[in-house]
Amino acid sequence: MDTKDKKQPLKKILLICSKANLEDVYAALVMANGAVMEGIETKVFFTFFGLDAITKKQMNKLHTATVGNPGMRMPGGLAFPTLLGALPGVEAGVTVMMKKEMDKLDMPPVDEFLELIEAGGGEIYACKLAADMFKLKKEDFHETVKAIITVGELYEMCDGDGTQIVFT
Amino acid sequence: MSTKTIAGVNVDLTEEGYLTDPSQWTKEIAKEIAKEEGIELTDKHFEVIEYVRNKVTAGEGLTIRGIGKSGVVDAKTFYQLFPGAPLKKATKISGVPKPVSCI
Repeated sequence: MDTKDKKQPLKKILLICSKANLEDVYAALVMANGAVMEGIETKVFFTFFGLDAITKKQMNKLHTATVGNPGMRMPGGLAFPTLLGALPGVEAGVTVMMKKEMDKLDMPPVDEFLELIEAGGGEIYACKLAADMFKLKKEDFHETVKAIITVGELYEMCDGDGTQIVFT
Repeated sequence: MSTKTIAGVNVDLTEEGYLTDPSQWTKEIAKEIAKEEGIELTDKHFEVIEYVRNKVTAGEGLTIRGIGKSGVVDAKTFYQLFPGAPLKKATKISGVPKPVSCI
């Protein structure tokens, strides 16, 4: 059988977000929303610190790391000294700048982004193990969170041709 | 680019079927393209199309978020009106270029 040349469109994508840095969460959200926009069946699984992105108390207070982030630069491109990043208020200031730039590009706040993904039929899940570890319950999570599921249940959702899992 | 007759009008299309000149667009063309996409256009669709065309003519970018906040339609209804890939389908039917937005 000659299947080599046949293009297989992506039908389903499962994105896993395990970090709470603003940029890591947005990477997952942009990818998820983009998939929904293309008509791809989309599921996002938040685990470990990524749970912050769907926890009502934390979701709109995510930060970008100014320490231990080699991609971090001063406006103009100069290196950003790690010690400067450690000063009180610097991380908050940088985060405000990041959010301002993102807003210019019409990138919504986290809660609104999740609602947008849900509106297009995307599904949001929380990891059971991580939720247990951080002592979080369904009511601690944003309304868009469909369920708290196990890893096994996650893999059960990954059936079918044209399915991909992406860990961000 | 190719030329095709849709609803009795000769229009220039990109390879993906987007009109290259929005001024060639008519409501009849919209209905024809929509039919190919499996959509039967209603008044609500045309409200969205009008919004899309106005936005693009004004040189502004289109995002699903923006459309959802336009007051014309919310994001969920927008997805229902143009199922699958709403922004792509809505622009194709509206006779404007394929959007370059990632969000």
